Amino acid sequence: MTVTPEATTTPLVQLLTPEGERLHHPDYDVDLTDDDYRSFYRDLVLVRRIDVEATALQRQGELGLWASLLGQEAAQVGSGRALRPQDFAFPTYREHGVAWCKGVDPLTLLALFRGASNGGWDPQEKRFNLYTIVIGSQTLHATGYAMGIQKDGAVGDSDGEAVIAYFGDGASSQGDVNEAFVWSAAYNAPIVFFCQNNQWGISTPTSTQSRIPLYKRAEGFGFPGVRVDGNDVLASYAVTRAALDAARTGQGPTLVEAFTYRMGAHTTSDDPTRYRLSSDLEAWKLKDPLERMRSFLFKQQIGDSSFIDSVDADADELAARIRKGCLEMPDPDPLSMFDDVYADQTVLLEEQREELGTYLAGFAGGGH
Amino acid sequence: MSRLREFTLPDLGEGLTEGEILQWLVSVGDEVTLNQPIVEVETAKAAVEVPSPYAGVVTQLHHQAGDVVDVGSVIITFDTDPGAGPLDLIPEPPKAEGALIGEVGANGRTATLVGYGPKSGPAKRRARTDNPAPVVAEPPPPPPATAARVSAAAVGQAAAQTMGAVTVLAKPPVRKLAKERGVDLTSLHGTGTGGVITREDVESAGSPAPQAVSALTPGTRERRIPVKGVRKMTAQAMVSSAFTAPHVTEFITVDVTPTMELVQRLKSLPEFADVKVTSLLLVAKALLLAVKRNPEINSTFTGDEIVVKDYVHLGIAAATPRGLLVPNIKDADQLTLVELAAALQDLVTTAREGRTSPADMQHGTITITNVGTFGVDTGTPIINPGESAILCFGAVRPTPWVHEGEIAIRQVTQLALSFDHRNVDGALGSKFLADIARVLADPATTLAWS
Repeated sequence: MTVTPEATTTPLVQLLTPEGERLHHPDYDVDLTDDDYRSFYRDLVLVRRIDVEATALQRQGELGLWASLLGQEAAQVGSGRALRPQDFAFPTYREHGVAWCKGVDPLTLLALFRGASNGGWDPQEKRFNLYTIVIGSQTLHATGYAMGIQKDGAVGDSDGEAVIAYFGDGASSQGDVNEAFVWSAAYNAPIVFFCQNNQWGISTPTSTQSRIPLYKRAEGFGFPGVRVDGNDVLASYAVTRAALDAARTGQGPTLVEAFTYRMGAHTTSDDPTRYRLSSDLEAWKLKDPLERMRSFLFKQQIGDSSFIDSVDADADELAARIRKGCLEMPDPDPLSMFDDVYADQTVLLEEQREELGTYLAGFAGGGH
Repeated sequence: MSRLREFTLPDLGEGLTEGEILQWLVSVGDEVTLNQPIVEVETAKAAVEVPSPYAGVVTQLHHQAGDVVDVGSVIITFDTDPGAGPLDLIPEPPKAEGALIGEVGANGRTATLVGYGPKSGPAKRRARTDNPAPVVAEPPPPPPATAARVSAAAVGQAAAQTMGAVTVLAKPPVRKLAKERGVDLTSLHGTGTGGVITREDVESAGSPAPQAVSALTPGTRERRIPVKGVRKMTAQAMVSSAFTAPHVTEFITVDVTPTMELVQRLKSLPEFADVKVTSLLLVAKALLLAVKRNPEINSTFTGDEIVVKDYVHLGIAAATPRGLLVPNIKDADQLTLVELAAALQDLVTTAREGRTSPADMQHGTITITNVGTFGVDTGTPIINPGESAILCFGAVRPTPWVHEGEIAIRQVTQLALSFDHRNVDGALGSKFLADIARVLADPATTLAWS
């Protein structure tokens, strides 16, 4: 039902088939070492493990909510690894794999979903913006940021900066996203719009939202659009890298549609069996991003079972660390809520901060 | 720390207050690993598997399948160190009652309507110092939590008396409990702070004293079954259909002897070796052929439009352990007879095992209900909402019948068709029903219409 006719006839950039065969593409090819391939696989496994553990923690009452990325690992790890340190990412609330590639500790994400942080992290530290819950609004933030670095003169050569904005197929129907397209085209902003088309905007299939493949919308706004196999980590990496390089060298925006599938629920509050057929899920399981990479490693004889086992062991260790860290997470310092409201602290807020501090210190035992 | 660990039902969605235990996946004495699925819980939002938060041995299941449990109630207890000797030496852990909204649960977290709140911080309990530091702008001292409750209750009571209307003070979950137990809240004296009626008040009022049982005690000869799940859905669907679509039901009695003979013939064909051939299969096929000749019967009346479907998702009403379900065979009109037989068999097996998913029941276009399996001749079925017609297939009985000018014993059945008279006129409904009957009376018609 979700595999619409256009899905089978539309050109799709693919470098790794579901069976693990390596393909080559005239425009988007990559030259990777054996270590690179192993490292891509490792990231896919670790990111999935983080997601599985966080889902379990929510079911055990330790997180208020979790948005699973199950099935979208390749789109996120591929695009995340294409980012250079100077590039800035604007995520939705599901970009756990991109956060991982940007060096954001998974516990930082969990603190948000556990209600144990005042809303996020320092976006500048890893050049990874706060999770945005409002659908699509981060594309406008990203466009504004991209226009800003353009004015700063940080764009124009191969070492320039670039911006990537993540969003989903559902968000592509939002006004914000379409405004972001208009503005970034008009100003030739150094931005990559990375749409993970996971086929479902909660319970609404993509087919009811668009008459044409999403990547084709870019043409109407006046910039290139390309559809990549979002379950193929190599192709996702290659296409995103090319789009980022175009942005950083001053060639303006690109829309990348990563064609993938949300194998889990929209969030832990959702039950996908109420609106989609299990046969769809079964069909997409055959295109699993981890399985095809593992097949490739085996076929190329660059990753044997001892390597696979060692990655699994690392994943278990990571999961145990996340669980422990989550359960032991302290409540945030009440005074920290004043820290990041304004770039420069205002007099009034400083007064309120002192007032609260004094008040809290009035209890036996001191502190808060 | 005690090696006995309790697990309370978490808020599995956002802002849920209760969940129904569908099925335990473990039993007392089972050894479980961390994150092993232990229970299936259905909430207003989803049916989910809950993974175990501990590794150890299950020592107690606090609720049975079918129980509706408040978020925050203990549902299972684990022995997290089963190798450390017998359990009876271990003191019972403090009893953790299900936290009501706003109350602090055993885990130190406050149950709220949205997820859970932070742990009730020590700031609420700690005493102020004798010499509080001078404050810039005197803030009101925080009253202890219980004091806040008393004053809130007192305010509520005062307001109630002033208004002279509401005189009963009880929290919503307690009101719900009272309603469920048929306890009149106005007859109770609240023992909670500020005269609030507590859960215990309702519970003690709800359990009759032993000597009160007599032959005249009301309720002992009646059973009260909560309306929920499939029953609730069925009731809503029936009411919505019966009171929006003007139903007309027509009947036809038909000699299906040739069809019953055909069933036997088909059974012996190698193509049908792996599938069940039944009279229902041929009724389904007859209906699909009749839809092809009368496509407007396969439609939805929306009020502004009549949406005629060029595909048939054929619904089959099925009695299942969960109640009446109407799963449908997608694109049934595209299937060969063998494929249709397999799809029917699959649908029935899935339904009987209780594995029918909601998606299987959506987007049906026309339905068959097979009351003949209960030995009943016919009925006046109610249309499945969103469809325009439903065919009722009665029992097939040996009956004296005029056949080729003579009285003969023939296999005869009754068919009934209910249709939505807003968009299906009598002529269309009659022709559709007569077409089905014609195929069953003479299966050779199939070839003529294929």
